[in-house]
Amino acid sequence: MDEIETQLLKFIQDGIPITPRPFKEVANTLGLSEEQIIDTIAKLHHDGIIRRFGASIGHRAIGITANAMCTWNVPDDRVEEVGAIMAGFSDVTHCYERPRREGWPYNLFTMVHAYTRDECRKVAKQISKATSVEDYNILFSEKEFKKTGVRL
Amino acid sequence: MIELDDLDKAILNEIQVDFPLVKQPFLELATSIGSTEEEVMKRIERLIKEGAIRRIGPILNVKKTGGESTLAAVKAPEERIDEVAGIISGYDEVSHNYLRPAEYNIWFTVSAPSKERLGEILEEIGERTKCPLIDLPTLRLFKIGVKFNVK
Repeated sequence: MDEIETQLLKFIQDGIPITPRPFKEVANTLGLSEEQIIDTIAKLHHDGIIRRFGASIGHRAIGITANAMCTWNVPDDRVEEVGAIMAGFSDVTHCYERPRREGWPYNLFTMVHAYTRDECRKVAKQISKATSVEDYNILFSEKEFKKTGVRL
Repeated sequence: MIELDDLDKAILNEIQVDFPLVKQPFLELATSIGSTEEEVMKRIERLIKEGAIRRIGPILNVKKTGGESTLAAVKAPEERIDEVAGIISGYDEVSHNYLRPAEYNIWFTVSAPSKERLGEILEEIGERTKCPLIDLPTLRLFKIGVKFNVK
């Protein structure tokens, strides 16, 4: 990333202003043109540095309060197949393979966000059935100590 | 929990992915959901104020900016949970930190500009909290934070 891109991301990572011409306002502050701002954001999006440009939802505020991290013990030779099945569930927002550790045999992680814990449990059960993976945990978040976006 | 009518829900579902990158994004948004620029901006301002929208901006891919990130967890004794969580949250590089009652009970994500810095932070957290810690970096990504379906 060049200096302008870094400067721009640092400036807008906490959100653009809610005005009719938000990018013009950003442009004025950074001494650039409105077109330059829009083009640079589009380029960073295209290059994948910006994964997504849009609203971050405060899911708790709108009632999506149940948040379950499910950890799965999946045989190594089935990770590819099982990961793809899990990712296909619309209630699964994140799905990753992570390393096993001593005393920690769980290698696939899915995040499930739903309106209730029962819904999360139901989704986990469906996933288990669809993948025939039976060794899993559901870790509900009891408290959010911190949540910010990933920052530059 | 805040009350949402159909227009609020339409806005929330629409602006999570592909916010219009044009000069008047709120006008374009309004056109696509059958409202006015003024009304859409008014709704968004309220949704931000009430916490339904945290911000409208870029969600970054840390790896592509040259950084490193990981998910880690510690085993904290019941009576030390708040203290340990406080130490962890104190790092700017920690973006998420949750209590999840289980054997490993405090779960957090760390993003740092380099692998070295990431290692340093985890080591420091281990030393300062004196709790067993596991570091679980992503090996493979199958899906990431698509959108919340606001019903």
